[in-house]
Amino acid sequence: MRELSLHIMDIIENSISADATLIELFIEENTLKNTFTIKIKDNGKGIDEEMLKNITDPFVTSRTTRRVGLGLSLFESTCLRCNGSLKVYSKVNVGTEVVATMEHENIDRPPLGKIEETVVTVLLNPSIDLVYEHIYNDKKFVLDSREIKRILGSDEINTPEVLLWIKDFIKENLKEISGGAF
Amino acid sequence: MKTIQELEEIRKRTLDKVNQRKDRTTTRIVVGMATCGIAAGARPVLLAIMEEVEKLGLTDVVVAQTGCIGLCKMEPIVEVIKPGEEKVTYVKMDAEKARRIVREHVKDGNVVEEYTMHVIQGKILNDYKVEKE
Repeated sequence: MRELSLHIMDIIENSISADATLIELFIEENTLKNTFTIKIKDNGKGIDEEMLKNITDPFVTSRTTRRVGLGLSLFESTCLRCNGSLKVYSKVNVGTEVVATMEHENIDRPPLGKIEETVVTVLLNPSIDLVYEHIYNDKKFVLDSREIKRILGSDEINTPEVLLWIKDFIKENLKEISGGAF
Repeated sequence: MKTIQELEEIRKRTLDKVNQRKDRTTTRIVVGMATCGIAAGARPVLLAIMEEVEKLGLTDVVVAQTGCIGLCKMEPIVEVIKPGEEKVTYVKMDAEKARRIVREHVKDGNVVEEYTMHVIQGKILNDYKVEKE
């Protein structure tokens, strides 16, 4: 994947397939400690222990169209390339958390990319709520789809008009917290 | 700088639209969004569709996403489902092609044949020229 935000979207698609209703996306960039951390947590149906052992093996998948699943293994190889790691914690009927770490300044680290498009894509699913928290050194931006639903007075935030607004809203705020690094 | 209060204005504007979309005339545009689709560039396609729907002011359209459709080499795939009509599957999409589909098929009702999937002698091909020969 050319952007980290595409990896994130891929992992969130797993959460959606696991019937999650709330997804928490946490991104922390620390240029002083040289760390880039991505956490994706859901309240989906979870992964049983047996499968969890080899979860980043491309031949371990729950999909039924074929017996290969590349999402987590691709993300893991990106993390390893950047002197980091990918960890998956899960409990059946509770949820799953994916924690990816990388060196911020590593030459192999893909750019975060259009994370706002990833968020908007996830919000196309009206039944899914997303909390997106992004920390850049000491500055923070938080977006909670439940708050947007409350302000709009409707659960149907999956209209192009609202989603395109959210997209620009995220983009502007990320620019703000990062001092124009995005 | 955008503020969250701007949502209030959107709310006032969109209330009617939401009600309209519940009609049976709603067209569904579905984009495949599994690992295969994402890697092939489904996200810009999806965004382009949303922007075009918004630009043309189409109200009876739902944009949605789905998982792997099972035809990874043809991704990004876009399906257009109009009520009472057969589903149309478009393959190897990009943002520009997707905009054209929204304009010509979703809005005006003309299927963009050259981007659809072609099955020739039991094989899935998408080279339009092959079929013409």
